[in-house]
Amino acid sequence: MALLEVKNLEVSFALRYGDLVALDDVSFTLDKKERLGVVGESGAGKSVTGFAIINLISKPGKITQGEILFEGQRLDTLTEAEMRHIRGNRISMIFQDPMMTLNPVLTIGTQMVETLRAHRKISRKEAKKIAIRKLELVRIPSPARRLSQYPHEFSGGMRQRIIIAIALITDPSIIIADEPTTALDVTIQAEIMDLLQELCASEDMGLMLITHDLGVVAEVTERVLVMYAGKVIEMAKTSDLVANPLHPYSRGLINALPGYGKCDTANRLQQIPGSMPNLTEIAPGCSFHPRCDRCQDICKREVPKLRQMKDFASRFVSCHFAGQEPVK
Amino acid sequence: MSDSIVIIDDLVKYFDISGGFLEQLQFKSGKVIRQKTEVKAVNGVSLEIKKGETLAVVGESGCGKSTLARTVIGLYPPTSGQVFYRGQRIDNLSPKQMLPYRRRMQMIFQDPYASLNPRKSVRQTLEEPIRFHMPKSNKKEVKERVAYVMKQVGVNPGWKDRFPHEFSGGQRQRIAIARSLVVDPGFIIADEPVSALDVSIQAQILNLLMDAQEERGLTYLFITHDLSVVRHIAARVAVMYLGTLCELATTAELYNNPRHPYTQALLSAIPAIDGRKKQHIRLPGEIPTPINLPKGCVFHGRCIHANDRCLNEIPVLLQVGDSSGSYVACHGVEEGRV
Repeated sequence: MALLEVKNLEVSFALRYGDLVALDDVSFTLDKKERLGVVGESGAGKSVTGFAIINLISKPGKITQGEILFEGQRLDTLTEAEMRHIRGNRISMIFQDPMMTLNPVLTIGTQMVETLRAHRKISRKEAKKIAIRKLELVRIPSPARRLSQYPHEFSGGMRQRIIIAIALITDPSIIIADEPTTALDVTIQAEIMDLLQELCASEDMGLMLITHDLGVVAEVTERVLVMYAGKVIEMAKTSDLVANPLHPYSRGLINALPGYGKCDTANRLQQIPGSMPNLTEIAPGCSFHPRCDRCQDICKREVPKLRQMKDFASRFVSCHFAGQEPVK
Repeated sequence: MSDSIVIIDDLVKYFDISGGFLEQLQFKSGKVIRQKTEVKAVNGVSLEIKKGETLAVVGESGCGKSTLARTVIGLYPPTSGQVFYRGQRIDNLSPKQMLPYRRRMQMIFQDPYASLNPRKSVRQTLEEPIRFHMPKSNKKEVKERVAYVMKQVGVNPGWKDRFPHEFSGGQRQRIAIARSLVVDPGFIIADEPVSALDVSIQAQILNLLMDAQEERGLTYLFITHDLSVVRHIAARVAVMYLGTLCELATTAELYNNPRHPYTQALLSAIPAIDGRKKQHIRLPGEIPTPINLPKGCVFHGRCIHANDRCLNEIPVLLQVGDSSGSYVACHGVEEGRV
């Protein structure tokens, strides 16, 4: 049994002019110790997927269909009180901006002890001991002294490491990291990514890494979902996706990467024309068809299903022509 | 020297952050003294930008790359040092004398949501610089020029009466680029022009910048933190750390053979998509504050090769290699230790 299983998830936001479907038929699994990447451009639905799992979709948003199973237990039907035992305890989340996540008027120690005591009946003294151990784990020097300091006394990279320590403090089974290094410099990003990878192995955790950066996904994750306009359009082993993307959008994304993608004779990057549609004006048929270079009539009429590829195990693509030679 | 369009000579920019008179007073060894606190953002940077090239300045946040750009174009007055545009010194000109150079040097900013006036239509945004810098042009010329530039940047000229909020981020950046192009500049400073954009849009904008460079013979000073973008667009790269240049080389040379220990660490940190597992070089410690710069080499506190000389003597940018035009400011490289 998978640690986390998401089945046909649909999230929509009830707006004045009708329902906006932010996630449409999203299914995937996350195994123990597995590192799963969720990649896509802004507005693709990556963050909503993360939020939906721990039931943080706020009004007017709502899970309208599908199931979320964590260790076989339905999460989407839990009451708020029941969910609190899971969220921040069994499943932790790390957000993008380390300055916004920490409370600026409380010391690091208070915030760590508070988190732990919210989920476990233990004394402050014991909680403090665990906090120090977790800070050591994320390589904060002299953790005992650091506990009494405030967030502004730490640098951006250290703050993000403290947030990881807080996320780890209850020994969760899953960490959902939503763009954890986007606000950080590359050298710090490399440190944080190395750290997350090590922790998954040493602490027995599953990691769901949400990011727009294909480079980070390629370095850290084993499996990846590519999202576009609220749908999963390709799911594959990360190495397979990078070496041989099957969906035209994944291929376009990889080819558009400066320094890696293919360039034409005049050293121009291969670009995907246009931009991602607003969720209120998604084209009928395949949502990518207006930007696709191999679009046929069927693409304008029929929504392609996410289907398993014959030649590749654990590889799913939603394109009418996936696995076939490009028709031109 | 004649092929240099912009020469930056020993540019220094400090920002005074000491506040009011009372805040400047300090009690030291029995006396009250008045002391100013300064952020030393740029410390003696010299660069030559050749006509028609793209020179990239890379570095992490707080290294002074944006301050350098803004000082070069005259948005900040330099603390000391000189800036030349085609042989003419421009950092000490009066606003009136500076006018013709303001037209020749343009800037593109990072966030197209912030750099376009939300209350002005595209037409108003694009016509204003023409009216200001080319007062002799008549209505028809202005109109034609706007339409031509809009077409060049890939925005339908029929949308000229729309407002910024009606466009996507990529299209807004196109309009911001159009605004810098309407006055026929020779030199453009692009400060993180694609950092706020999605990957697929980023490629479109980079291609557009390269097309415009080819058509108009533009020279770019390209400020960015994204080393993959640099590799694609730039001919030469200058690496900055804490307000100083630590390495200057052609792009191929820098990526294949980084010499400065900081450049090596920076390059090893780029996430590689091709799955080759690279060993990240971990830099000990944190970037020191630019208020109290470390003595000697600014990088010594985080460098594994640092010795006594690095602690005390500031390294200068020296030419290395045969004739590739690579410059490195490192005692270790100079002595052959690194």
